[in-house]
Amino acid sequence: MIVVNTETIPGRRITEVLGLVQGNTIRAKHVGRDIAAGFKNLIGGELKGYTELLTEARRQATERMLAQARQLGADAIVNVRFTTSSITSGAAELYAYGTAVKLAPPDKDYAPQTATAYADEVSHG
Amino acid sequence: MDDLIQQLVRLLFQLLMLPIGFLVGSTIERRHIRDLDEREARYRHIRVNNLKRITDPHTVAHAEMVVGQVVIATDYYKTFVTSIRNLVGGEMRAAQSMMTRARREALLRAIEQAAAMGATELWNIRYGFSNISQMRGRQGAMQVELIAWGTAVVRR
Repeated sequence: MIVVNTETIPGRRITEVLGLVQGNTIRAKHVGRDIAAGFKNLIGGELKGYTELLTEARRQATERMLAQARQLGADAIVNVRFTTSSITSGAAELYAYGTAVKLAPPDKDYAPQTATAYADEVSHG
Repeated sequence: MDDLIQQLVRLLFQLLMLPIGFLVGSTIERRHIRDLDEREARYRHIRVNNLKRITDPHTVAHAEMVVGQVVIATDYYKTFVTSIRNLVGGEMRAAQSMMTRARREALLRAIEQAAAMGATELWNIRYGFSNISQMRGRQGAMQVELIAWGTAVVRR
């Protein structure tokens, strides 16, 4: 699955737009992290625990979006966007959305676009 | 009487925390900005833009989305200063520097991912922001989450 946040995929022609795919998750922070964050509120700086938590949440939202796209038989998701919102104090929602599309087979003038195909190309010179 | 003692304890805590928050907070901030400067210099060869359409698609070997994320908080001193600012109005420098740092850090994390992929360009950068502070209203430290994402492009 190719995932980009541009409207087109360089070198590939979009043949069909399958529609919006989305994934979301609401995560609560746990008390231990809240206590650590409480200290950080005194001295400032990055809240590593929360960064980790929200990164994990973003991964899960993305994974759910990908699952939807796979179900539709999509080849790629274009124009992906994220939003975060705090639902209540102590919980954050992460929402990922994009447009699932089908692609024409790669043109012989164009290089393969998927990560695996690219890795193959590199390793085989 | 109990109330008065409580008030006094809170005042003492504030008086103690203000200089600590100021000293430690500004040290952390300075160190972070220095770190950001260094890393940005290291990845200067990666061109970043927010255009949607990638030019010269026939020379693109690989395109993939990258994401950078960070949660950052204000220190006690800054929280205090911003609460004063809320009374008198004007530019909130203390909050502004935090936002700038968070934005730079989030973008840098995306750039670092792109660099690890061997990309030289990063297209269509977008920022998302959310305030995840626990306490609403004027008191309480600000905690913000910044997310930056874009499409990393490897050229042939």
